[in-house]
Amino acid sequence: MSQIHRDDFGSKMGMWLFLFTELLLFGGMFLLYAAYRFAHPAEFVLAAYRLDVTLGTVNTIILLTSSLTVVLGIVALQRNSKKLSIFFLSTTLAFGLAFLVNKYFEWGAKIHHGIYPKGPELANMSDGEGLYFGLYYAMTGLHGVHIVVGMIILAFVLVQIYKNKITSDNFVRFENAGLYWHLVDIIWIFLFPLFYLIH
Amino acid sequence: MEATINNENFYQYKGKHKGILGWLLTTDHKRIGIMYLAAMITFFVVAMFIGFFMRLELLTPGQTLMKPEVYNALFTLHGVIMIFLFIVPGLPAVFGNFFLPIMIGAKDVSFPRLNLLSWYLYMAGAILAVVSLFTGGGLPDTGWTFYVPYSIRSTSNVSTALFAAFILGFSSIVTGLNFIVTIHRLRCKGMTWFKMPLFVWGLYSTAWIQILATPVVGITLLLVIFERFFGIGVFDPALGGDPILFQHLFWIYSHPAVYIMILPAMGLVSEIIPTFAKKTIFGYGPIAMSSLAIAFVGYLVWGHHMFTSGISDTSRAIFSLLTFIVAIPSGIKIFNWIATLYKGSIEVRTPLIFVMVFIFVFSIGGLTGLVLGSLNTDIHVTDTYYVVAHFHYVMFGGMGTLFFGGLHYWFPKMFGKMFNEKVANFSVVLFMIGFNILYFPMFIMGYLGMPRRYYDFLPEFQIYHQISTIGSWVLVTAILIMIINLIVALKNGKKAGSDPWGGTTLEWTIPSPPPLENFDIEPEVTKGPYDRV
Repeated sequence: MSQIHRDDFGSKMGMWLFLFTELLLFGGMFLLYAAYRFAHPAEFVLAAYRLDVTLGTVNTIILLTSSLTVVLGIVALQRNSKKLSIFFLSTTLAFGLAFLVNKYFEWGAKIHHGIYPKGPELANMSDGEGLYFGLYYAMTGLHGVHIVVGMIILAFVLVQIYKNKITSDNFVRFENAGLYWHLVDIIWIFLFPLFYLIH
Repeated sequence: MEATINNENFYQYKGKHKGILGWLLTTDHKRIGIMYLAAMITFFVVAMFIGFFMRLELLTPGQTLMKPEVYNALFTLHGVIMIFLFIVPGLPAVFGNFFLPIMIGAKDVSFPRLNLLSWYLYMAGAILAVVSLFTGGGLPDTGWTFYVPYSIRSTSNVSTALFAAFILGFSSIVTGLNFIVTIHRLRCKGMTWFKMPLFVWGLYSTAWIQILATPVVGITLLLVIFERFFGIGVFDPALGGDPILFQHLFWIYSHPAVYIMILPAMGLVSEIIPTFAKKTIFGYGPIAMSSLAIAFVGYLVWGHHMFTSGISDTSRAIFSLLTFIVAIPSGIKIFNWIATLYKGSIEVRTPLIFVMVFIFVFSIGGLTGLVLGSLNTDIHVTDTYYVVAHFHYVMFGGMGTLFFGGLHYWFPKMFGKMFNEKVANFSVVLFMIGFNILYFPMFIMGYLGMPRRYYDFLPEFQIYHQISTIGSWVLVTAILIMIINLIVALKNGKKAGSDPWGGTTLEWTIPSPPPLENFDIEPEVTKGPYDRV
């Protein structure tokens, strides 16, 4: 086939463009959130009291720390320390998993109480609260899917580091995976206050 | 690395894989372009016959051929296939893939494997759309716009169709992303931004819209799927949701999508005209910039699809104004094209005839667009056949005509063969006649009040429907002649040289069909794309 052509700058540019599309994907939902919050301000506050701020805070800390460990992993690799890089990357994956476990318990509790679309408890609530939870499930759910995808990508990177396919002088794939992970992080930074903190 | 054999073209190249796998696993942008072409022509012909049968049904009032449910499914399918599988991806995926790298002097796109992935996503979306026909609760019957709340309530197989559209959007995003990076990174020596052919500028503007608008419709369609399965309520009025918000989000993509369709087509016109006027393009800079301007302003006009949906008067006035503003960069292009033809030594060959047909029908489509863009006249003709006529003139007359125009223009380069020009010219003229007989009566009956998407009609509209149906016979005949002529040329066509039309851009400097890596020696550009020395 055509000769191997390496263009790290181009790869990163492609990744940034892809991140734009992700932002716009979530942007559509943020737009809906804004419109419905404007239409039902009181109900949104009421519904927000039903979320567990502690769980949300723990998850925020987990994600922020995991973004740090990704960066540490890249820096470690750049300094030729493969073992340390693998360690940091594994830590990131563990944090991702912890986030998902937390989310599982959080959703589980809500569903247990009948607070889900078409659920018995939600049926008694006002339209505004129903919309709040509809958006809550759609947005955090889609964010959760992104966490899973991010973890799969990072796991690939982990294998490639292990096999010496990503090395201290060819790490653009690692950087791109890291960028994706930061995106997942930054979306959560907006989701957290919008759903948990505004009272 | 094995050495490239110079006299071998990309069809003859034997890579790692042989036969059909050599195509299905290829990362060569040219082969991917040809695969898109084959898929697209197929889908186009299928959707064309669906349209043909719809017209046949409308020959007489009441039931002529099919039940109303079938008719609803057919107009949905006709729309979904034509829009999502043909018009939106058409020019970028086929000609963009094949010619973008060649026109900027590159060997391939920036991400060849992503490029192949994009083709597979396209095929997956297409197959899913077909699956939606034969499974679940029956043919989707919402129309291609999937308006809520009906798309939430309909028991037909809407979810699968929605998901198909979602995947097709993904394919479109990947292609757009690939093109932007390619144009930024892989231009050859001397190929500065303002030495790029104008088709590349069209693709560049398009790629930005693909990236910035498609995700919005992606999430919207996904939310409708969630709505259908889980009842999250965001678009369902019974649960407090707002259907108007769906329309906003839908058109935030789907209006810019109109420019995804038309910008590469306009770029193509800017290629064909200088080639056959035998002189350099007039107003290169303004044409290039007007593409970007259309992409930008086109982003802000979606509200004109919602003039009667119940949005505020202020926003209606603003959207109407912005809609008129799009006419300015479009006008800049038209005047520059005409100025290019002025005092040129014009050679009337098949591609140029296509361009002339384009300018004629697209002008009708554009001017009637102004009628729809002004608030008071729109209220009279909204949701009537007037709208149907308008967007067929713009979409089919615009992008559709130039898809075939581009196919004829670049056919010698892509396949190394010449087609029979007399037959081609005859089919274009017949195309033009059939097109106008088919769609022009729709303006009249729409103005008189015939609503769109109706299975039945009052007897007073019958004469218009009948003329229109006869037009569809002429148009289908013309298109079939056109396609058969090209297929015959594939087998029996005379060998085309490297530059049969006298074009000046880089693709005409290499053999037809192009060699595997496009250029044996990396080209260096010293003059403008249309300069003749």
